[in-house]
Amino acid sequence: MENFTPLSAAIGGLLIGLSAALLWIGNGRIAGISGILGGLVSARPGNTAWRAAFLAGMIAAPLLYGLLGGTIPTPTVAATPGMVVAAGLLVGFGTRLGSGCTSGHAVCGLARLSRRSLAATALFMATAILTVFVTRHLLGA
Amino acid sequence: MAALLLALLSGLLFGLGLTVSSMIDPEKVLGFLDLAGNWDPSLAFVMATAIPVAALGFVLGRKRRAPLAVPDFQEPGMNRIDRPLVLGAILFGLGWGLVGFCPGPALTALGLGLAEAWIFAGSMLVGMVGYEVVKIFLRRVPAA
Repeated sequence: MENFTPLSAAIGGLLIGLSAALLWIGNGRIAGISGILGGLVSARPGNTAWRAAFLAGMIAAPLLYGLLGGTIPTPTVAATPGMVVAAGLLVGFGTRLGSGCTSGHAVCGLARLSRRSLAATALFMATAILTVFVTRHLLGA
Repeated sequence: MAALLLALLSGLLFGLGLTVSSMIDPEKVLGFLDLAGNWDPSLAFVMATAIPVAALGFVLGRKRRAPLAVPDFQEPGMNRIDRPLVLGAILFGLGWGLVGFCPGPALTALGLGLAEAWIFAGSMLVGMVGYEVVKIFLRRVPAA
């Protein structure tokens, strides 16, 4: 557990919680990233401006953090490009079919005490844990 | 205009949270999902503060008749655990476990010069458009 970073994790979570609270109190919307992005490519698009503004803020965030003197963590991807494509397709299709991802179901859904979000969170967590077990420990990737 | 500024600020806070907690790094996320390996419980600590603060926001919001910047709250009405929810969550979990990216971190990492973030985000968009196409062909799949 030498990589365990409880303090920065808790501070990061606090900011994510504030973000969700602000979007709800200010704009009456759930801070679910797959829903916000998916709404831009929906067959019936509506209210695209706030979605674009939210996503622009997200993308700008690490750059701003760097400008303010913070150390931006370096994202590392070990998977092959083919696996990245497959994973992206699964995440895109799955989050829209299942009405949410980590933010919409796990953060906002559990905060709203939604039974549906609890079921979704349990399922995608369990599936992801199983997938990592198979790829890392059974296939040895 | 206020709604746009609030959305921008909210996105900024969300992205900062993912950055500060290192959740924009798929290896960090996989460290949490890898229970049988060198387990890193950090993601649970992100959730442990994010969920109560968000919950407080929902409670405070419900005390108001309307949000600050728009006419009404748009809360998901459905609470039924149906087949699309189950299948969608499983497909999402599979993709999440393969690479370690979920939608928020992948988008937040777009400005950091990592080709995989763009490949993932592009494929994710194709998957989302694919869902819209399938939905048109299979009218029975409820809208997300």
